[in-house]
Amino acid sequence: MISVAGSGHPGGSLSSADLVTALYFSVLRHNPSDPAWPDRDKFHMSKGHCCPLWFSVLAADGYMPQCELFTLRKFGSILQGHPDRRAPGVEMSSGSLGQGLSVGVGMSLAARLDGRQSRVYVLMGDGEIQEGNIWEAAMSAAHYKCDNLCGIVDYNGLQIDGRTSDIMGLEPIKAKWEAFGWHTIEIDGHDMAEILGAYKEAAGVKGRPSVIIAHTIKGKGVSFMENNVEFHGRAPTKEETEQALQELE
Amino acid sequence: MVELFYQRDVYGKTLVELGGKNTDIVVLDADLSSSTRTGLFAKAFPERFFNMGVAEQNLMGVAAGLAVSGKTVFASTFAIFATGRAWDQVRNGICYNHLNVKIVATHAGLTVGPDGASHQALEDLALVRVIPGINVVVPCDGPQTKAAVLAAAETPGPFYIRLGRAKVPTIEGTGDFRLGKAQVLREGGDVAIIACGMMVGNALKAAEKLAGKGVRARVINMHTLRPFDAETVKEAAGTVRGMVVCEEHSVVGGLCAAVAETLQEEGYCGRVTTVAIKEKFGQSGDPDELIKSYKLTAEDVERAALESIRG
Repeated sequence: MISVAGSGHPGGSLSSADLVTALYFSVLRHNPSDPAWPDRDKFHMSKGHCCPLWFSVLAADGYMPQCELFTLRKFGSILQGHPDRRAPGVEMSSGSLGQGLSVGVGMSLAARLDGRQSRVYVLMGDGEIQEGNIWEAAMSAAHYKCDNLCGIVDYNGLQIDGRTSDIMGLEPIKAKWEAFGWHTIEIDGHDMAEILGAYKEAAGVKGRPSVIIAHTIKGKGVSFMENNVEFHGRAPTKEETEQALQELE
Repeated sequence: MVELFYQRDVYGKTLVELGGKNTDIVVLDADLSSSTRTGLFAKAFPERFFNMGVAEQNLMGVAAGLAVSGKTVFASTFAIFATGRAWDQVRNGICYNHLNVKIVATHAGLTVGPDGASHQALEDLALVRVIPGINVVVPCDGPQTKAAVLAAAETPGPFYIRLGRAKVPTIEGTGDFRLGKAQVLREGGDVAIIACGMMVGNALKAAEKLAGKGVRARVINMHTLRPFDAETVKEAAGTVRGMVVCEEHSVVGGLCAAVAETLQEEGYCGRVTTVAIKEKFGQSGDPDELIKSYKLTAEDVERAALESIRG
C-alpha cells in the first residue's frame, strides 16, 4: 500500500507490526462492527507516521475493506497520510509527535470517571520520546495512578537523521521510565510469547501505569529494509515491493 | 454605582453551577487554579478536577483525551501559556478533531500589570483565530463572562474564551449574549466604534464624549471573534463615515484584522483607525499606567474616532 501511495513510512510500520497485531488479535476487547462500543479498550498510535500498519491491522480485523488500503494518502481517501478519524477504528488523529501519551492519560481518566474497565494502549516511537510532552504525560499518568494505561515504546534505535544513539541518546531508557513511576517491562518486540506476556503483566499491575519497552528491528522482515534508515520515510519501488512481499510471505 | 467584577470569579462560580447540573463536565488546570478560579470547581467536585502541574502541553493533550471519550472539558491557564506554549496541542489535538474542549484563558492582555511582558498575552487572539472551527469569545464584563461560559458548555466543539486579570465594570445590556452575534450598545450614524473585552467600557465613555462634540457614535461590542458577525460590521460600514476598532491586543491578527478582512470585501471607502497595541511587547506597571502608556484609554478611542472622520 505504501508503494501504491508513493510515499509513507515502511520502516517503523514493520518494527511495530508484531506489537500491534498481537494487541488487536489477542488483547484488545473491541468490536469492529461497533467501533463506538462504550466499554471497548482503546488503542492510540502516537507515532502516527506508522499508520500504514494500523490501517492494515484495522482492515484485517474488519473495520474496513482491504481494498481501501490502496487509497492511502490519495485525495479524498479516509486513509490520510497520518491517522485521522475519517478511518473507522481511529479514535483520535495523530501525526505531530509527542502528544499521544497525553491523549492516553485523558482516555484513562475518562474510563475511571465512568467506572469502565477499559484499558488504554498508546504506541510511541523511540525517536518520539525525545519530545518533552511525552515526559509531562508520563509524570501525570504516574501521579494519577493510571493503571489502566499501557505505553509501548517501539525501540528500533533509528530515527530520520540516523541512529537514536547518535542523534539524541535515549539511554538509560528503562531507568527513565522507572524514575517517572512507571512499571517497566523490557522485551524482544518480535517474540510473540514475550509480547503477549508483557501485555498480560501490564494488565495485572495496580496503582501505576505500565510501559513496554520493545526492542525491535526497523524494517523487520524485509532484508534490504532491516536497520536501514533510508526506509524510515520512503516508499519502496515496484521491484523492491515485489521482493519485500516475497520475503514477508 | 457601577458593579465591578473579576471575570475569573464569575468563571469559577459558573463552573460550579455547571458542574452541579452536568456530571460530564471535567475541569483541568496547570498550577494556576487559585488565579484562574478553577479552584472553586476543584473544591466542589474534586473527583472531576485534575491539576496537570506546570505542563500546558499535557494540559491540552489530556483535555483532548477526556473530550474524545465523551467529557466536556474546561481547561484553564493564563492566556500566554494556553495559546503560545500549547498551540500545537490546541491545533492538532483539540481543534483538528473538533473536540469539546473549552479553553478559558485568564490574565490576557496588558492589564496583567506588574508581571510584565512575559505574562502579557497580546497575540493570543491571533494565534487561536487562525485555527479552523474554534469559537473565540472575548467577554467584556462579569455577566457576559457567565453567558459565554454557559454558551460554551452547551455548544459542541472547541472554544477559546479570553478573560482579563483586573476587575471590570458591568455594562448595561450585555447579558443578552448570543454566540456570534455582536451587540450594538449605542446607536449612532457618524462613526462606529467596534470593541471587545475591557475596551468596550472605554468605547462607551468615548462615545459619550463624542456626543458632547456633536459626533454620534455607534458602539458595537464584538464579543465573538469566531464565528465573526460580518453582517453587523457591513451594516455599520454602509451607514457611518469612519470606524475605530479597539482591542487590548496586538493590532495584528485579532479584532482589528477581523474587521479589516470583512471590509476589504465590501468596498468601504471610509477610514478605519485602530486603538490596539502596535508592534510592541508589554512591560511591568499598574494596569492604569499601562493603558495610558500604550494608548488604550477612552481619550485615545475618542481621538481615533475623530481621526477616522476627518476629511
